[in-house]
Amino acid sequence: MDGRNFTYMFYGFLAAWVILAAYVVALVGRQRRLERELENFKHLLEDREGERK
Amino acid sequence: MREKVIIVLSGLAALVLAHNLYVMLLVLPDEAAQGAIFRIIFFHVPAAWTALLGFLAAAVASAFYLARKNLRYDAFAVAVTETALAFAAANLATGMIWGRIIWGIWWTWDPRLTSMLVCWLLYAGYLMLRRAVEDPTQRARIAAVFSIFACVDVPIVFFSIRWWRTQHPQPVVWGGGSMDPAYWNMLFANWAPLLLLGAALAAIRMRQEEQQRRLEALRRQAHAW
Repeated sequence: MDGRNFTYMFYGFLAAWVILAAYVVALVGRQRRLERELENFKHLLEDREGERK
Repeated sequence: MREKVIIVLSGLAALVLAHNLYVMLLVLPDEAAQGAIFRIIFFHVPAAWTALLGFLAAAVASAFYLARKNLRYDAFAVAVTETALAFAAANLATGMIWGRIIWGIWWTWDPRLTSMLVCWLLYAGYLMLRRAVEDPTQRARIAAVFSIFACVDVPIVFFSIRWWRTQHPQPVVWGGGSMDPAYWNMLFANWAPLLLLGAALAAIRMRQEEQQRRLEALRRQAHAW
């Protein structure tokens, strides 16, 4: 391969994948938060249901 | 079921991408004038196509939401918009790096670059707007109208290099430009893994939107008690 501008080609590839990887990390973080909050609310509602009975 | 589809799509994307990277870096001939950096086009252009297709899909889903009031269309619209925004960011970043070497500048207010940046800002605004409205049906309605409005920029981005004299290279696809058939094939071949990856990410995001809606319903139930 022609070595001219190879470093910048590498930066270009890296930039594209870093952006997509950052989005994947953000999705994983959101998934964890959603699951935690859903679990908390389910427990809260179960507790309140128990208190009513 | 959806889990399996996501795994299959991601696995296929990784396999095709690995094959493409091998061909791109070790098999394809060099471009005479630009050297190695020419290969950025194999991510830059398919990322733009994936993004623009996502924005169009979001507008269609938004129109369906307004017609049928089914929140699944709204979930689909936000999922593809967010995924498309990530691809649009990849497109802008790779274009800037290419421009730094070929043009000697990171950025210029050329119609193609400017319309793509405006497109990115519009859809970033769409996501911010969604966060500002609490009621799910009101949020879906306002977001759907905004998405259809923002979609007007998509054809402007696509046709900008035909409508105006631009510093951006002229179209090589459905245009007057030309490209070696080997490069041409790789351009389309590398669109496939990006589309597969985009579909997998949008499916994950759509599931999250449905979970978010369930969470909001539970929150309302908790407040009602």
